[in-house]
Amino acid sequence: MSTRPQDPEQARAQLDAHIREIVPWHFSPETGSPFWLEWAQKAGWDPAHEVQGFDDLVRFGHFDGEHLRVEQPERFAPKAYAGKPFTIFETGGTTGMPKQRIGWEDYKIDYSEFSETLDDDAFPRNHYWLMMGPTGPRRLRLSIEHLANVRGCSCYFIDLDPRWVKRLIREGHGDQAKAYMVHVVDQAVTILKHRKVSALFTTPKLLEALSERVSIPEAGIQGVFCGGTEMSPQILRFLVEEVLEDEVKLVPTYGNTLMGLAHSKPTLREDGYSVTYHAPQPRAVLRVVQPEATDELVDYDAWGRVELTTLTREFFMPRFLERDEAIRRRPYDEYPWDGVGEVRPFRANEEKIVEGVY
Amino acid sequence: MSKPIPIPALRAGQFYESLETNEVRSHRDGTPLALVSQVNAGLVRRDLRKQERSPDPFADLSVVEMIDVCRRAGELFMQAELPLNDQGDRQGPEQYVETLSATSGLPHVLCRRNMDKIHSVFAEMPRILKGLTRGLDLSVLEAGIGEQDGVPVSYVPQTNSLGIVLPSNSPGVNSLWIPALALKIPVVLKPGREEPWTPLRIMQAFIEAGAPREAFSYYPTDHEGAASILEQCGRGLIFGDAKTTAQYAQNPGIEIHGPGWSKVLVGSDEIERWRDHLDVLADSVAANGGRSCVNASAIIVPAHGDEIAEALAERLARIEARPAADPEAQLSAFANPKVAEWIDSTIDAGLAQGGAEDLTARFRTGPRRVEVEGSTYLLPTVVRCQRFDHPLANTEFLFPYVSVVELPEDEWIETLGPSLVVSAITKNTVLQSRLLRSPEIHRLNLGPVPTGHVEWDQPHEGNLFEFLYARRAIQRAAQW
Repeated sequence: MSTRPQDPEQARAQLDAHIREIVPWHFSPETGSPFWLEWAQKAGWDPAHEVQGFDDLVRFGHFDGEHLRVEQPERFAPKAYAGKPFTIFETGGTTGMPKQRIGWEDYKIDYSEFSETLDDDAFPRNHYWLMMGPTGPRRLRLSIEHLANVRGCSCYFIDLDPRWVKRLIREGHGDQAKAYMVHVVDQAVTILKHRKVSALFTTPKLLEALSERVSIPEAGIQGVFCGGTEMSPQILRFLVEEVLEDEVKLVPTYGNTLMGLAHSKPTLREDGYSVTYHAPQPRAVLRVVQPEATDELVDYDAWGRVELTTLTREFFMPRFLERDEAIRRRPYDEYPWDGVGEVRPFRANEEKIVEGVY
Repeated sequence: MSKPIPIPALRAGQFYESLETNEVRSHRDGTPLALVSQVNAGLVRRDLRKQERSPDPFADLSVVEMIDVCRRAGELFMQAELPLNDQGDRQGPEQYVETLSATSGLPHVLCRRNMDKIHSVFAEMPRILKGLTRGLDLSVLEAGIGEQDGVPVSYVPQTNSLGIVLPSNSPGVNSLWIPALALKIPVVLKPGREEPWTPLRIMQAFIEAGAPREAFSYYPTDHEGAASILEQCGRGLIFGDAKTTAQYAQNPGIEIHGPGWSKVLVGSDEIERWRDHLDVLADSVAANGGRSCVNASAIIVPAHGDEIAEALAERLARIEARPAADPEAQLSAFANPKVAEWIDSTIDAGLAQGGAEDLTARFRTGPRRVEVEGSTYLLPTVVRCQRFDHPLANTEFLFPYVSVVELPEDEWIETLGPSLVVSAITKNTVLQSRLLRSPEIHRLNLGPVPTGHVEWDQPHEGNLFEFLYARRAIQRAAQW
């Protein structure tokens, strides 16, 4: 792992150097993947030689997520990994053919690095974790187990299938969706009652639902690592002050199968519970771009659409437009590159036209 | 105007300022007037679970004492400067009228009329409770047991709190829940988006008058929060359109206040004297800006439909859109002009189908939708429909709107459908008794009584006492 940059200039230099290493890797016949090699042939230019830094990625345009649905997974396997079986990860809660990302060691690298940021008092080493959330084909499942393992811990798992929940809600079976949530939380309550657990990974909704059944600090939980859906300042404050009773450490995260995980700035309370996430640069880059002119960044402290670039030897994905929006945040000491704040679904706040008839 | 006033939530009487706020603006010039704290549904659920385990805040107060609190609260509601938050902002009655008018669109004169209505509920509480309980000795509610007309009676509260999901259309609806406090049931309330003012003012008047602070929860929240209130309080009231309320239709613990579809019927015995009743018809349609569910939206007659519609149209077309502070103002502006636009186009689409005519158009000089001093209004509209199944015949809009339909008297009962209020102008005892037996009529006015008229000893939109308390069988051994 390269040394941590000290300021935005060093961060940018590190990112450009990383790009000069990763892009040729994916576009060289010796190491690259069939998908990207064919892409370059059709594009009529040579990314391996012509991309010198992040600014040159604009030439790729925005990566079309449909490729991850349509192409067979082996088409993304770099030649350098030939003969090594890959893991197939799928994105969250959509129905129909999911987006798939293949990988070998990326998730371990991401989560080993993340582990270094966790406080040992809140997430004790050599103990037990519980994950309550989407497992199945998601990267998160193996990632959380790896995170626990690198900290000397083992992890209990309780699955929540978000695709089923979405289908129930879409088909108007709200009562069944609730019953399913109860079923999931029941299992967590049972584990907490019979087993010693000090760290928890879950989603904000499930955390809230769990706290309606047990006192989380009284159940022995010391740290909660939480992500998966939007967390507004009010929700975060509610989770910290009430759900976790101001006793349990909360570490919010933003991540997905395509990126890995972004780290949250630890000054949550001081920042008025407005959370900022920083991508694990240079392996992934998050930018906040103007929705109508996506080559342009928005100003600092302004809202825009989230753009993700993933740059590892296993996976290259330039400038994918997420279905999220966020506030562009300034670099800071620990992470001297742009952050994304208060991430929420894209255009979440647009008004419905006939609201408030009564 | 200075900075918008922060309006926190109330969690069992304690102010709570959320990090998420909703800006409530003047509909006239967009000035932000309030920053209303929006609480998340999880917080509501957590509080309500806590409330289930909390001691009864009314344990040390009798109903008689609460009636006295109501009387004092009524005075404070009308006259006092009452707190809006814990930062020292208080609101007097004039300021209340101005801000309520600016955010809801109601003219000042109607705001004051609604204030008077709310005050009457506070002041008339002994009569209201007598009507609701049919004269029960109210000490029975403390003792749990007593006697009525020589018969032992026992009443059990059905809930720890009454949840209320309020609309924004008329402050007068707040009069419905006030008696719950006199009956010693705490309230948990979600205000309408554009009307945070009235329920908060009522609560603060109660608290200043000596009601226990813990009995008041005020949660500006989203749909999920509203659903949590209704699901977790043992009893709930919801106001809203048919779509919003449909999901609760089968829940006996939730009382729905949807569209009223209120009507005036003129019997064949009175129809030749219809001109004598024109005032009652006009008042039923247009009182309170025509915004309430008790306003008539259909007039059903056996004959003279064309003449009645025309005369009523001529009368109602005299009502003009006037600025909010004009003492002659009778119409409310639309806080959201898009709603007015939608209603206007819905009526036009109905007229385009044929079988219906907007008779007020003959007397108006311009369009139905008008703008006055930056506010959007819909002018009163009388539509003469040829059939009762016309889409404009039995429909309700948020302004003085009525259809006039001719229908043979013997078809009335099966055609009327659910009606919050029916004013039946007839002395025909056979017809009266058929109406009296109709389960679809919630309030029946016999004779020329405007649909909006309220007698305080009559239950209004359901009997709140019977909703909150159930009579239980009680038997005591002799000499025990």
